[in-house]
Amino acid sequence: MTNSWTDIKNTDLVIIMGGNAAEAHPCGFKWVTEAKAQRGAKLIVVDPRFTRSASVADYYAPIRQGTDIAFLLGAIKYCIDNDKIQHDYVRAFTNAPYIVKEGFGYQDGLFTGYDEAKRDYDRSSWEYELGPDGYVQVDETLQHPRCVYQLLRKHVSAYTPEMVERICGTPKDKYLTVCKMIAETSARDKVMTSMYALGWTQHSKGSQNIRSMAMLQLLLGNIGLRGGGMNALRGHSNIQGLTDIGLMSNLIPGYLTLPTDKEVDFPTYMSTRGFKPLRPNQMSYWQNYRKFMVSFLKSMWGPAATAENDFAYQWLPKLDVPGYDMLRTFDMMHQGKVNGYFCQGFNPLLSLSNRGKVSQALSKLKFLVVMDPLQTETARFWKDEGVHNDVKPEDIQTEVFELPTTCFAEDEGSLVNSGRWLQWHWPGAEPPGEAKTDTWIMAQLFQRLRALYIKEGGAFPDPIVNLHWPYRVADDPQPDEMAREMNGYVVSTVTDPADPTKVLLEKGKQLDTFGQLRDDGSTACGCWIYSGCWTEKGNMMARRDTSDPANTGAYANWAFSWPANRRILYNRASADIDGKAWDPRRKLIEWNGTAWTGYDVPDIAPAAKPRDVGPFIMNPEGTARLFVRGMMKDGPFPAHYEPFESPVANVLAPKIRGNPAARIFKDDLAALGTSDKFPYAATSYRLTEHFHYWTKHVWVNAVLQPEFFVEISEQLAQEKTIQNGGWVKVSSNRGTVYAKAVVTKRIKPLICDGKTVHVVGIPLHWGFTGAARKGFGPNSLTPFVGDANIETPEFKAFLVNVEPSNGPATS
Amino acid sequence: MAGLQSQDFARISATNFRPPDVRHDFEVAKLIDVSKCIGCKACQAACLEWNNLREEVGFNTGSYDNPHDLTPNTWTLMRFTEWENPQSGNLEWLIRKDGCMHCADPGCLKACPSPGAIVQYNNGIVDFVSENCIGCGYCVKGCPFNIPRISQADHKAYKCTLCSDRVSVGQAPACAKACPTGAIVFGTKQAMLTYAQTRITDLKSRGFENAGIYDPPGVGGTHVMYVLHHADQPQLYAGLPQNPRISQVVELWKGLTKYAGMAAVGFAAAFAFVHGIVARRNDVSRAEDREAEHLIDEEAARGRQT
Amino acid sequence: MAVRREEERTTVDRYPGRVRVNHWITAISLILLALSGAALFHPALFFLSSLFGGGANTRALHPWLGVVLLASFAVLFVQMVRHNFWRKVDTQWMRHIGDVMSGHEENLPEIGKYNGAQKIVFWLMTLLILVLFATGIMIWYEYFGDSFTIEQQRFGHIIHALAAVAMLLVVIVHIYAGFYVRGTMAAMTEGKVTGGWAFRHHRLWLRHEAREGVIDERQAPPRRPNIGPAE
Repeated sequence: MTNSWTDIKNTDLVIIMGGNAAEAHPCGFKWVTEAKAQRGAKLIVVDPRFTRSASVADYYAPIRQGTDIAFLLGAIKYCIDNDKIQHDYVRAFTNAPYIVKEGFGYQDGLFTGYDEAKRDYDRSSWEYELGPDGYVQVDETLQHPRCVYQLLRKHVSAYTPEMVERICGTPKDKYLTVCKMIAETSARDKVMTSMYALGWTQHSKGSQNIRSMAMLQLLLGNIGLRGGGMNALRGHSNIQGLTDIGLMSNLIPGYLTLPTDKEVDFPTYMSTRGFKPLRPNQMSYWQNYRKFMVSFLKSMWGPAATAENDFAYQWLPKLDVPGYDMLRTFDMMHQGKVNGYFCQGFNPLLSLSNRGKVSQALSKLKFLVVMDPLQTETARFWKDEGVHNDVKPEDIQTEVFELPTTCFAEDEGSLVNSGRWLQWHWPGAEPPGEAKTDTWIMAQLFQRLRALYIKEGGAFPDPIVNLHWPYRVADDPQPDEMAREMNGYVVSTVTDPADPTKVLLEKGKQLDTFGQLRDDGSTACGCWIYSGCWTEKGNMMARRDTSDPANTGAYANWAFSWPANRRILYNRASADIDGKAWDPRRKLIEWNGTAWTGYDVPDIAPAAKPRDVGPFIMNPEGTARLFVRGMMKDGPFPAHYEPFESPVANVLAPKIRGNPAARIFKDDLAALGTSDKFPYAATSYRLTEHFHYWTKHVWVNAVLQPEFFVEISEQLAQEKTIQNGGWVKVSSNRGTVYAKAVVTKRIKPLICDGKTVHVVGIPLHWGFTGAARKGFGPNSLTPFVGDANIETPEFKAFLVNVEPSNGPATS
Repeated sequence: MAGLQSQDFARISATNFRPPDVRHDFEVAKLIDVSKCIGCKACQAACLEWNNLREEVGFNTGSYDNPHDLTPNTWTLMRFTEWENPQSGNLEWLIRKDGCMHCADPGCLKACPSPGAIVQYNNGIVDFVSENCIGCGYCVKGCPFNIPRISQADHKAYKCTLCSDRVSVGQAPACAKACPTGAIVFGTKQAMLTYAQTRITDLKSRGFENAGIYDPPGVGGTHVMYVLHHADQPQLYAGLPQNPRISQVVELWKGLTKYAGMAAVGFAAAFAFVHGIVARRNDVSRAEDREAEHLIDEEAARGRQT
Repeated sequence: MAVRREEERTTVDRYPGRVRVNHWITAISLILLALSGAALFHPALFFLSSLFGGGANTRALHPWLGVVLLASFAVLFVQMVRHNFWRKVDTQWMRHIGDVMSGHEENLPEIGKYNGAQKIVFWLMTLLILVLFATGIMIWYEYFGDSFTIEQQRFGHIIHALAAVAMLLVVIVHIYAGFYVRGTMAAMTEGKVTGGWAFRHHRLWLRHEAREGVIDERQAPPRRPNIGPAE
């Protein structure tokens, strides 16, 4: 989230698209009801299904899954054509006036530089035109044919309301109503908030879905304002923490990146990371990258990380591929290239695409360690459960170790919510049986492994033998110790160079902020963005002060919000180029002539003059990017691509299947189905009654939603003579499931490109363990393909066939 | 909770006296704003948890209603209705939290034959007192909303207590506490009525011209009220009755029949008694005994002849 | 069945043992039903539930008593129905009901085993027991709660209540008649009535019985123990 849950109460218009906040985030959704009840805000829901969110919406428009980009680029076109752009904002705070290099183009669904064999782009033409001073060329009038604004205008020209209806199946009148409501928020005193979740991410072009809305929000001037923003609703209570702390295969904490094997030494690594400003006077915050990185390395290897050994840079693993994402890992496992697998808080047998392939892959492991509070299906992937897990245990040689862990309510620590708030929590119950915390288990493993490395040496013992392990009890690091390490501390006293008697940082003290980090090894910090969470004042995450001056929804003294306790990112953009709030009623921070003051911690230095420093300091431009240069694999602008399995061809570029830059492995390409055999457009989703595959273990939740079902329209039910509440067989080119049919008015057939498209809804909460009835997950059906940029599997759009059935044969 | 709240009753089932108004301060009410409800069932879960109820894990029968009906273990239930509004052409998913309405004039209490099995506290909560319940199921018939359910395990009637145990110590009912969107609010009835007006104004501004409160006068008003988008058609919400009142049949049964029946039987018994005292003794006379002998001889002789 | 000349009186056999047993099963269950039903009918009578071990037991027992009543009455019905068909003389008799109430039976026509009022009681009981049983099933919540709609059950309740009141009225008439008409109780206690009683109330029946034969027990040798009571 750029903003926070509590900030949603400040909005005028909520658009829920690519998510189902009421259903999947009911607690956070309260702030939408607040905005509606207190401010008269409106709610729009765009979804293939009439969801629980839609049930309380002011306006609902249907859309075919996987066509959001067409919908949103059409909305951008509507705003441009109807002059519903916040011009001053766009000119000052986006790269709209920037001029793009000669040679960039887009034709037949492809940007310049495409290599079909590699399924990848040469992105060198997706770049600004730089002047002799190294700064980007700008046309403030936005008239230059190669300025971003004009390129964008040309790019979206194809997405007329008629074309949107043809692609998305959204009736034109409904579409235009939505556009009109959205466009009204281009006024300075109107804001819209975008709430989205896995409905946008779980596509082969998920990142571009989100970008499309971000671009629209920028054009409307809705980023950085109270009640505005791009608000990603995280699917787990701590999934924000997961990404922050670098659990992605190519990340290290704080969104620093793991080196590749081409980055042979630290200077090479740093040469591509300390982004130089692209505009005069601009602040490019990543110029501090080296401070963050060195401090991180110091926290990892402590005294063993020295200036002489480049702070142990060489002890970091180096990637030989762009990333060992879960699709790649399981593909390798499937090829027999993985021996052992640690499965910690993860149930891939049900949550990774193409369950058949996952099951085969796990069967090829020598050992599998499952650390989980629950008895997961993954830990029992070898067990013959009849139709619900049809395997032959005698053919599976994988040895499975099941280590019971505590759940969130049984241990202490912090959870990071969608709004980037680190909230400390305390155990509410004793862990049952032999359950241990994950840290205890990992510490035990580490101690034993290190002893082995010390004793036996081995190929490369240094990273493990030298790992900094300063905990009170080596076998059992405590949450407070790790939190303090994450925050960062002073390794050696730093004095003022001008006055050596003046101590700037005192050895052993906790840091106040990442602004104090240094690249000489005198500070250590596990995760720079969390710096400030546990200072000398104590645990800032444990704060529970509900005061909220002027009722802004910031709650600045409740817990800790990264970075630097900032509640709304890009809050500089809430004020105009001279530092006056766009909307005086929504003042967030303002320039008072000498400093920025207000209700939030400014993004920029408090004394940075308004016209000097742009709000988007993480970009070397200082502005937000409508044109993203070469930073995304599948295009500097979003473009409409069909899902890999689609009931209709791409009407804009009929030859292109799926996202042309999305990686897909050869076997998985072959396993894709086509609409002649699998005519219905399926999508998967969560229900309020359950949380993923966890709560089916809970009796009460199992009562509230006991049995696996799929949702189909009355029309499809009639066509296929399916009874409401009767059994159906749902199959894709990869598998078959049996489910009860819920025949509903909430799903209606869509007309796309002249063809009737039936949507099949498949919720994801059932398996073969737990208190609920045995069932299946949609991953028995879904394709093994991910987003071009971050490899999130395409769970939201695939093809199935549906037939009436007598139910699974029971033995 | 009867023991904790002695002297706090407005009505007690099957008793002929009205308790004194010792603590008649104010009435409470739960307001369920259907227009804010997202059907998440947190209230249902909270109800099961707080009251320590364990419903059976059921089946899917083609809807989101789970369980499919109120049961002795399910005191509140979300009921989902898909309705195509003929005026706007829009689909509306009407989701109503079903459960005891806590009527001011409770039909269950009226029908209950067991003294003190159903009580109405002065704050308006209608509560079932299990130790006095005899499991006859009369309350089921008395209720205009089809709420009470009789357990086959212990043959006692169960329904929402409006968390009288929580309310008695100043807490809101568990469902209201759990509701994430504030669709369920709890307070004095007066405060809830006032608050409901703000919701109705908001709904009217969004095009729901017939938005209104559901506080049906037929049962004297209720202590659970709804804000409905279509207050003119409550039956759209899974059959919420348009004008609920205690069934005339029950009124007759528990009213006139009860008294007239007692009177009739009493009168008949009294009449017989008086008749027995004053009427001429109906006894066999000696003459009749003799005539009988004579007749027997005569008839016996006639019998022998044939 | 027979008319018997005993040492000091003449008796007529009216009810054999099996009928008497049945009658008293019916009567007792009716009384228990009345008591338990009354407990549930009116709060002022709820104290009667103590007789049955409390409200819940009363609630549980009452319908089963109804089953017992139905079963025993069904047998009684079979035993008695042939004497209860309505005849012209019954209509005639009923016209003189005032004379009955005032003890002037001499004005009445000769009557067979049952008079008009007895027959009405018989048929009313039959009808009411059927109605009570049918409506009782409807409101027997433990087993039939799901078999009838709530609205049907509401009607079941009121009909059951009204029928029960009617039943009590009939029972009062029946019992009072037994007391008021002296000599009647013996029919159901000893199984026989005096000749005079039969002559006074059911002369036609007496004629019929006498014609069948008179057993003179006065001269009979001492009865052997293995000969049971008359039948």
